[in-house]
Amino acid sequence: MNILVIAELHEDSLRKSTHSAITFAKNVGAPFSILVLGSGADKAAQEAATFGAQKVLVADDASLKDPLAERYAPVVAQVAKAGNFDVVVVTASSYGKDIAPRVAAKLGAGYATDISGVKNDGGKLTFKRPVYAGNAFGYCEVQTPVKVVSVRQSEFAAAEPSGGASPVEKVALPAADPAAARVEFVSLEAAKSERPDLGEAKVIVSGGRALKERFAEVLDPLANLLGAAVGASRAACDAGYAPPELQVGQTGRVVAPQLYFAIGISGAIQHLAGMKGSKNIVAINKDPEAPIFQVADYGLVQDLFTAVPELITELKK
Amino acid sequence: MKVLVPLKRVSDPDNANKIKIAGGKIDTTGLEWKPNPFDEYAVETALRLTENGTNPKQRLGEVVVVTFGPKETEMTLRAALATGADRAIRIDAKDEDLDGDLVARALKALVEKEKPDLVLAGKQAVDGDSNQVGQLLAEYLGWPQATFAGTIKSEDDKSLVVGREIDGGTLNVRVTLPAVVTVDLRIVAPKSVTSKHTPATHNYADGVRFAALMAIMAAKKKPLAEVKLADLTTDTALKIKYSAFEPPAARKAGVKVKTVAELVQKLKTEAKVL
Repeated sequence: MNILVIAELHEDSLRKSTHSAITFAKNVGAPFSILVLGSGADKAAQEAATFGAQKVLVADDASLKDPLAERYAPVVAQVAKAGNFDVVVVTASSYGKDIAPRVAAKLGAGYATDISGVKNDGGKLTFKRPVYAGNAFGYCEVQTPVKVVSVRQSEFAAAEPSGGASPVEKVALPAADPAAARVEFVSLEAAKSERPDLGEAKVIVSGGRALKERFAEVLDPLANLLGAAVGASRAACDAGYAPPELQVGQTGRVVAPQLYFAIGISGAIQHLAGMKGSKNIVAINKDPEAPIFQVADYGLVQDLFTAVPELITELKK
Repeated sequence: MKVLVPLKRVSDPDNANKIKIAGGKIDTTGLEWKPNPFDEYAVETALRLTENGTNPKQRLGEVVVVTFGPKETEMTLRAALATGADRAIRIDAKDEDLDGDLVARALKALVEKEKPDLVLAGKQAVDGDSNQVGQLLAEYLGWPQATFAGTIKSEDDKSLVVGREIDGGTLNVRVTLPAVVTVDLRIVAPKSVTSKHTPATHNYADGVRFAALMAIMAAKKKPLAEVKLADLTTDTALKIKYSAFEPPAARKAGVKVKTVAELVQKLKTEAKVL
């Protein structure tokens, strides 16, 4: 078996999401190569070469400056075919979710999405994946010879560089897809934040609709003090109290930090699906019946507008 | 503009914690069926793109809804017709005989017959949570895609500017039609969808529209065709097969603390995370 890991880049570096896809390959226990795609991808390729891959394959071209599935998928599919890879894996970030299905379609491969575990039984791979907002787990097998997989970042701990330097090879680009001519990058409105990414944060301070217009005013000082990422419930995002990229949940980001503060969050199924893998959950809510208390390790029944400032004072002691 | 909207009925997502698992299988009996919420947003988006918002009765394009399922899934289609869709198609199939790839390949054949300018789909179904049909369909058709749309601006009915909600913010792309667009939650905010047919001053209500009783009655007379899966694709082999399902491990019950000081003390000494 031979695995192809698709890297995800941020500017000229590897995103941490890539490290989770590498962990998948290591868990399967098969040789793997890493494919780095972008424009000016040398630095990321050097970084990728320190993870014990057989090879680092680099597709470096101006046409790959912006991560558009219509441009990336043909390159991934060609590399997968040329190298006879059996499994193509990417992390189920918005990047991976966008690209992987097109790769699968090009390869005639089945695509197991957002998996939370893998078992290798003498070359037979069984994938575990959450369904129904994490209220059930399914075990599935991909029936096609080539398999495409996206992995849930929160369930595959980031791989650490193992040293060494894998050989780096440039790959030839395929002819452009007709679809690529019909999509054009317009702009990226990047969320500006000095805080850690939700997928990588060790501590997350998350707020619900109860915070209203005071969302940032109340949560930011706590997040700053803890070096935490800020998250939000769908209700808080829908109401416009928090920007959409902060949404934690079934259809937002799935997170699993060491410590998760759910502040003024009642605990809808969709939210729980995104955070109940957290190692320690603290819930602060004035409603003692809120479902969030059923998953919280530590629950505090108190008005958040008094509890959060008190918490900050206590932490500073 | 002609828009095709694939719809899936799912067991009520708000009751997903009542899912029963028996003998390694999911048992959905006793659960209520609802349209997949993201697909409802796709229907609403299609309606907004094909009407003058100030006069929604005057449809300036066609919205065709399609689902895969047994006879009773026609209720889901009728509900979409009642909100304003023009026509419906049911592809006769059982859930257990389908996977995302087969649905995408069958939809490809349907798109080639129907020739819509746009396929608008929900970004994922909230039962299987797979998030793949739209992208697979786009690739099978050789069309461009714009996934996770939070905003759509239709300037001329020939191309769309789509604000894609990605992990780090919003990525704006322009796609030339025909294309596949999958929609995210915020596509049903008042200002998310703008078309040249609707005055810029018009604000939509937040969320999806409800059908009036008259419209529900009228929807019974709208065309609803049945198509056999075999008429769309002869290759009905599944690419993904499930061998078992199991419930998630229960989280052990936590404790309630009385004060902030007690909380901090426990986080420091018991959980050791501070």
